[in-house]
Amino acid sequence: MKQKHNPRHIKLQSQVPDEWFRWKERDQNQAEVVSRPSLSYWQDAWKRLVKNKLAMSGLFFLIVLVIMAIIGPIVSPYEVNKTDLPNQYQAPSAEHWFGTDSHGRDVFTRTWYGARISLFVGFMAALIDVTIGIIYGGISGYKGGRTDNIMMRIIEILYGLPYLLVVILLLVVLGPSLTTIIIALTVTGWVGMARIVRGQVLQIKNYEFVLASKSFGTRSSRIIRKNLLPNAMGPIIVQMTLTVPSAIFAEAFLSFIGLGIQAPYASWGVMANDSLGAILSGNWWTLFFPAFFISFTMFAFNVLGDGLQDALDPKLRK
Amino acid sequence: MLRYMLKRLLIMVITLWIIVTLTFVLMVSIPGSPFNSDQTSNEIVQANLERHYNLDKPYHIQYLLYLKSIATLEFGPSIKQPNQTVNDLLGRGFPISFELGIVTIIVAVVSGIILGILAALRHNGIIDYMAMGIAVLGISIPNFILATLLIQQLAVNLEWFPVATWSSPKHMVLPVLALATGPMAIIARLTRSTMLEVLTQDYIKMARAKGLTPWKVIMKHALRNALMPVVTIMGTLLAGILTGTFVIEQIFAIPGMGKYFVESINHRDYPVIMGTTVFYSAFLIIMLFLVDIAYGILDPRIKVNNKEGE
Repeated sequence: MKQKHNPRHIKLQSQVPDEWFRWKERDQNQAEVVSRPSLSYWQDAWKRLVKNKLAMSGLFFLIVLVIMAIIGPIVSPYEVNKTDLPNQYQAPSAEHWFGTDSHGRDVFTRTWYGARISLFVGFMAALIDVTIGIIYGGISGYKGGRTDNIMMRIIEILYGLPYLLVVILLLVVLGPSLTTIIIALTVTGWVGMARIVRGQVLQIKNYEFVLASKSFGTRSSRIIRKNLLPNAMGPIIVQMTLTVPSAIFAEAFLSFIGLGIQAPYASWGVMANDSLGAILSGNWWTLFFPAFFISFTMFAFNVLGDGLQDALDPKLRK
Repeated sequence: MLRYMLKRLLIMVITLWIIVTLTFVLMVSIPGSPFNSDQTSNEIVQANLERHYNLDKPYHIQYLLYLKSIATLEFGPSIKQPNQTVNDLLGRGFPISFELGIVTIIVAVVSGIILGILAALRHNGIIDYMAMGIAVLGISIPNFILATLLIQQLAVNLEWFPVATWSSPKHMVLPVLALATGPMAIIARLTRSTMLEVLTQDYIKMARAKGLTPWKVIMKHALRNALMPVVTIMGTLLAGILTGTFVIEQIFAIPGMGKYFVESINHRDYPVIMGTTVFYSAFLIIMLFLVDIAYGILDPRIKVNNKEGE
């Protein structure tokens, strides 16, 4: 009630009886207490991600998918490539949960086997992209100046190359196999990641805490590792979650045009391609299961990526 | 602006050169001669064939000849289909693929923008959720899966549309739908997010305050700026549609370039694969260049940034 000279306060006070006011003692212990629990960046992001139901259901689906990819082929009583011609095109039943295909192979077993291949291709491609992207983008962004200029020109040129066409070209020559697919997907795939890392590094390296670190005499490699990368991690993780589905799509696409994993091995793309003829005769399950799992995996990664993008953005913190 | 164009032109030429050189290196590094198959087992015939296609010359001469043939748009012969050149296949297949591509782009852009605007105007309403639901599904379902599902449901079960081939507008519906859904979804999401951003700007409030009808505010003031990001991703979308035609044409038995391309991959018809790849790449790279230039013309900020950046 310091502002007694303010006429409006006087008027207000005159209407309120004095005994309604009470002095609150200043509590020395309470003064330093933070009103909400201190959260690290990652805890905070996780809390926000949990609230996003769509992203969490995507995450849940992916965890189930990974578990099934590991144990599915083991628990199933059928062999992945065991043909059983008398039992071809069996509709889903208690014996064959997802039915059988044109060669009498169990679609349930093949679906999880395909999940192994799709997830492996997706994660490996993302991992390699991140590794190359962080090194290239980190150097380009941190060094700046002429180095950055030259490195960015190279990226600009590589970025113009049509991605899938280069992949097709490489696979035609290298011959299709799991290793060559991953190589072909990452030869030009890292460019997007490198651009993002560079952009982040360029921005963060001008912050004061980096300057402080420098003035203590920290080596460049340590600054990149300890100061720049942890702070650039958000966009990198988001880009990674979006790389995985695009690699899975590319693998399925390549298998579909005959450049992917070779028969008899199952990948979702191979299974979809095999069942093209079958759908005309009404054996829908041979197409439905691989199609469902490709689409749902891509859907799960997309919503998880969207959710992470929101969760990892400190600007959206409430 | 001129400087920006020249810079883009230079990058385009280098990218083209890289893809042409890459194709050549890969073609040379394939083990064995292209004529090693059984029908040309005669050594003299093989030597003649190699001379005819300049395969007996040293690599640098071959490379120069290759560059020359590419520059004059001669993409070479097919090995597996006698008396056919890549140019023949292009001449026959490309117009059909082009038609499919153009119709797809128009459908994708128009429906994507409409969906995006509707979603933005009814932000967090039922239309918004529905449009974004369609968009997420469209991004998640690969085009070749969508194509097979469409055939199964709309062609085989309901018999609304023909199963395959390419002759009447009715035949176009399913392939275009399968191909356009993905790009449409991307455009819809992008239009929605930029539209939401633009609608909060002061100049929109100003336009409203002047008493313009909501329709005019959206069409004349908001949409123009909301469409800029759509122009930027046109290049990527074009690449997606182009590679999409490979599988779609195969599934629907459309006699376009993509079908020949996939056939040549399956038959390992190397000259056709290489020739078509170069042609497709050149087409895409030139398209990307045009999109960049268009963006530079449409967005005045590009010029300013460029001056500061240099």
